[in-house]
Amino acid sequence: MTKQVKQLDRVIIRFAGDSGDGMQLTGDRFTQESAAFGNDLSTLPNFPAEIRAPQGTLPGVSSFQVHFADHDILTPGDAPDVLVAMNPAALRANLGDLPKGATVIVDTHDFSGRNLSKAGYTTSPLDDGSLDEYALHQVDLTGMTVAAVKEFGLSRKDAARAKNMFALGLLSWMYGRPTEATVDFLTRRFAKVSEIRDANITAFQSGWNFGETTEAFAVSYEIKPAPMSPGTYRNITGNLALSYGLVAGGVQSGLPVFLGSYPITPASDILHELSKHKAFGVTTFQAEDEIAGVGAAIGASFAGTLGVTTTSGPGLALKSEAIGLAVMTELPLVVIDVQRGGPSTGLPTKTEQADLLQAMFGRNGESPVPIVAPQSPGDCFDAALEAIRIAVTYRTPVLLLSDGMLANGSEPWRVPELSELPSIDPAFATGPNHAVDDGDDDFWPYLRNEETLARPWAIPGTAGLEHRIGGLEKGDGHGNISYDPANHDFMVRTRAAKVQRIAESLPPLEVDDPTGDAKVLVLGWGSTYGPIGAGVRRVRKAGYRVAQTHLRHLNPFPKDLGEVLARYDKVLVPEMNLGQLSLLLRAEYLVDAVGYNHVRGLPLKAAELAEAIGELVAQAEGVDVDLTPAPQEALS
Amino acid sequence: MTTTELPFPGLTSGTDSVPTLQPDEAAQTGKDFTSDQEVRWCPGCGDYAVLKAVQGFLPGLGLRRENIVFVSGIGCSSRFPYYLDTYGMHSIHGRAPSIATGIATAREDLSVWVVTGDGDALSIGGNHLIHALRRNVNMTILLFNNRIYGLTKGQYSPTSEAGKVTKSTPMGSVDHPFNPVSLALGAEGTFVARTIDSDRKHLTSVLAAAAAHRGTSLVEIYQNCPIFNDGAFDAIKNPDTKADAIIPLVHGQPVRFGAVLESGLGSKGLVRDGETGGVRVAQVADVGESALLVHDAHSPDPTMAFALSRLTDSGYLNQSPIGIFRQVERPTYDDQARAQITTATGGNDSDDGADAGDRLAALIGGGDTWTVV
Repeated sequence: MTKQVKQLDRVIIRFAGDSGDGMQLTGDRFTQESAAFGNDLSTLPNFPAEIRAPQGTLPGVSSFQVHFADHDILTPGDAPDVLVAMNPAALRANLGDLPKGATVIVDTHDFSGRNLSKAGYTTSPLDDGSLDEYALHQVDLTGMTVAAVKEFGLSRKDAARAKNMFALGLLSWMYGRPTEATVDFLTRRFAKVSEIRDANITAFQSGWNFGETTEAFAVSYEIKPAPMSPGTYRNITGNLALSYGLVAGGVQSGLPVFLGSYPITPASDILHELSKHKAFGVTTFQAEDEIAGVGAAIGASFAGTLGVTTTSGPGLALKSEAIGLAVMTELPLVVIDVQRGGPSTGLPTKTEQADLLQAMFGRNGESPVPIVAPQSPGDCFDAALEAIRIAVTYRTPVLLLSDGMLANGSEPWRVPELSELPSIDPAFATGPNHAVDDGDDDFWPYLRNEETLARPWAIPGTAGLEHRIGGLEKGDGHGNISYDPANHDFMVRTRAAKVQRIAESLPPLEVDDPTGDAKVLVLGWGSTYGPIGAGVRRVRKAGYRVAQTHLRHLNPFPKDLGEVLARYDKVLVPEMNLGQLSLLLRAEYLVDAVGYNHVRGLPLKAAELAEAIGELVAQAEGVDVDLTPAPQEALS
Repeated sequence: MTTTELPFPGLTSGTDSVPTLQPDEAAQTGKDFTSDQEVRWCPGCGDYAVLKAVQGFLPGLGLRRENIVFVSGIGCSSRFPYYLDTYGMHSIHGRAPSIATGIATAREDLSVWVVTGDGDALSIGGNHLIHALRRNVNMTILLFNNRIYGLTKGQYSPTSEAGKVTKSTPMGSVDHPFNPVSLALGAEGTFVARTIDSDRKHLTSVLAAAAAHRGTSLVEIYQNCPIFNDGAFDAIKNPDTKADAIIPLVHGQPVRFGAVLESGLGSKGLVRDGETGGVRVAQVADVGESALLVHDAHSPDPTMAFALSRLTDSGYLNQSPIGIFRQVERPTYDDQARAQITTATGGNDSDDGADAGDRLAALIGGGDTWTVV
C-alpha cells in the first residue's frame, strides 16, 4: 500500500499515560530519534511527585511533550498537535490542552467500566461523541503488544508493559524517525533479561509495521532537518549539561570538584551524574541533610578543592546560614538551586522561578551573593562554568538558579570545543603578603586584590600561611576578630563592593532589537528565554516592533542594564513568579517594569505572552495590535 | 577486625598520611602552636587547661603545623581554633563535623580536629555528630562538656541534669539529658573516650590515643564552667571523693576503683550483672578478684562499652567511668571515598592538563551525537 507523505514544518506530540507506563522513556527515545534525524527540538517532561500514584487515576498521569521542527524553535510548544493517551485518565488529564482538530491516539484497552470511572468518566468518551472535534484513532495498543510478544513466554502483565514501545514504534513510523538507535538502546538497557529485551524490540518494530500496513493511518509526515550551524550536536537535558559544566569547571581550574549534596527533586540527577565522574577526581558526598551538604562543600573549599552543593528551594532555605558563612569567610562555593514550585514543599516536580529573592536576600545581615541563571537546557553548561569562574576569581559563594523545566527539558546542544571554554586560575596564595613593623613578613588573609577585591586563598599544607577564619566579623586586612564599629561598616561595604566589582568582568548586554527603534523591551531571566523569544517572534511576524534581552547575571546586574532600560518606553518582565525581578529592577533603576506573571508550575505560553507584548506595543505606539493574521505560520 | 584485614594496609594511624617534620628541622614546642590572639575565656574556665594541654601535646605528634586544621562550631569552647597557630575555622553552630568531613575527605594529608561543646555537638549539631561517627571520617572530636550553655549565659544544655534550675528553667528542667558516650556508642563510633579538663596527664594520654586512631575519635572532656555551672564535676575532682566517683577504664585491666586497699588496688570493682545483662558495682571482697570485669576496649561488639557508659550518673555527677570505652578499627569514609577515585582514575593522578582535556572532550561529546557540516 502506498501511503501519502505530508510535509510539515513542526509538530508537537505529547505522550501521556500512567506513571508506570514508561512515558518518560518513550518521550526520551522519540526525542533522541528526532535529534539524530536533525530536527531542532525542545521537550517538556511533566510527572507527578508520587512515584506510583494509584493506577489509572488522574493524579497518576505522567506525560512527555516533544516539539520538533525543520527550523530553530525555542519552546516545547503551547498546545500538542498529537496526543497519545495510554488510558482514560491520560486522555482526560490532557485533552483540555489540545486545540480542536488535534490528533488523538488512544489505547482502547483500558476504556472499560472501572478504568473509565477511575478517571471520572461516566460514559466512554470513545463512544459518546465528546471527541468528535478531534482526529481520533482508536488502537488496541495493549492487545496488539501482547499478541506480538507472545513467543517470548512473558506473563501477560510483563508482555503488556511493552505497549509503550509499540506506541513509540507507531509514532516513529508516522514521523519517519530513524529507529536503529532505539533498537540499540533497548538491547543495552535490557541486556540482562533476554525475553524482556526481545519483547521490547519486537513491540517497537510491531508498532512501526502496524503503522505501515494498517489502513487506519493513511498519512505519514515528514519534517525536514533544521539548518544548524556546523558542529557536533547531542540532545541534552539541563541537569546533564549542568553536571558536565561542573566537571569542565574542575578541569579548567585544575581543582578537584567536591559535591556535598542531599537528594531533592528536581536536583538529584546532578548528584547521580557527578557520582559517575570520579575519574575526573570528582568527589560526591551524599550528606545526612542539606546543611551538612553545604557544610562539607565549604570545608572542601577551605581545603583547596572546588566546593559545590546542589539543591532545590526548600534545601536552599536550610543552607542559608552556611552560605552566610561562605560570604563571611570569602571562600569559593557554587550553590545550585534547581527551582521548583513553592513555598514549602510546594510542587516538587513542577517548575517555577520564585527563589530569586531568596537567593538575593535569604540570609541574615548584609550578605551579598552573586547570582547567575541559565536560559536553556544546553546553556546550563555555560552557566555552571560562569558560576565557577566567579566563585574562584572573587572568592565568594555563587548561586546558580536553574529550574525544573531546564533540569528535565532537553534540546540539541552543540558540543563546545575545549578552546572555547574559559580557563580559571585558582591563584592560591603561596607566601607572605604583608610586612609587619619589625620587618618580618606576615600573611594577612583579608588583604585584598585591588582589582577584584578578592582575598587570598591560602590552603592548609602551605607553610607559613597558617590562619584562622570564621563567621565573626574580621578586621580589615589582618582578618582577626574585630568588633570595631567603623571596621564593621567598612567590611560590610567592602563585601558588597566586591560583588558589584564582578560587573567589571561582564560583557555588555546583548539586546535583540532588529529595527533598532522598538519602544517596548521584553526582559527576562532563566528558562523563560524560550517562551519570551517565541512570543517576541509572533509579535514581529505580525508586523510590530519589539526588543528582547535576557539576563545571565542577576547579581550584580550588567553595568549597562540601566542604560538599556532607559532606551525603551515600556519594559515587560515575564516571570514564573509574582514579579521578583521586576521588584529588583524597580528598586535599582526606578523603572516602571510591567510584570507578566504566572505560577502554574508550567512554562509560560508563547501565544499568551505574545498577547501581553502586543498590549504593551499598542500602548507604547498608540496603534491597534492584531496578532491574529497568521497564527498558523507564527513560529514558536 | 585486625589491621591486616583493613583494605588500606598502609594506613592504620590517624596521622599516617600527614607530612611530618624532617629530622633536620627544629623540634616544635607549645609556643609554635600558640597564636598571637589574646585568650578570652572567663578566669578559671576549664577551657584554659585543655588549651594548654593541646598546645603541649601537639608538638609531640611531629606533624607539620601547616597540615593541622582545627574546626569548631559556636560556643565558648569553639573559640579554641583562634588560639592555636594552625589552620582553623570557627564555623557556625553545630556544623563543625560536616565542615571537617569535607576537609578530611578532600585532603588525606591533613590532621583534622573538631572542637565542640555539649550544646553545639549534642543539641543543634546532633545530627552531624552521629553521622560523622557512623561514617568514621578520620577526625578527632573534642567535646567539651560543661553541662550548661555558657556563651548564651546560663540556659540548661542537653547534658544538664533533669530538674536543673537555670535562667530558662526557673522551676527546674524537665528534659532528660544525653549521655554523650552512650550516644556515640549507639552511633557505632569506633573511638569513644572520656577524660577530665583538670587531669592533664590523663587528658594527654587520651588525646594521643585519639590522634593515633584512624577514623572518628570522640573524646568527651568534662570541663568546669566557673560562671554558670561551677562545681558540676566536684565529686570527681575532690581528692576526698574522687576515688569513689571515678571508674577508671584501662584496656586489658580489671576495672577497680574506690578506697585503696593494702594491695594498692581499689576496694570496689565492676562485675557483670546476671539479672540485667549489664554491669554493676561490687565490693571486691564480696565477689572476689576473679569475678571482676576485665575492660576490653577492642571488642568489636559495643555492648559492654555501652553497659559501662550507663554507669555514668545522669543527675549530679557522683560517679562516672573515665578512659577509653571503645577503640576498634573500621575502614574510614574518607579513605574509601579516595580509594574509589583512585580506582576510577586508574592511578593516573599524575594527569597532565592535556589528558584531562581529552577526557573532558570525550565526555561532553559522548552519547548519541550527530554532526552538522
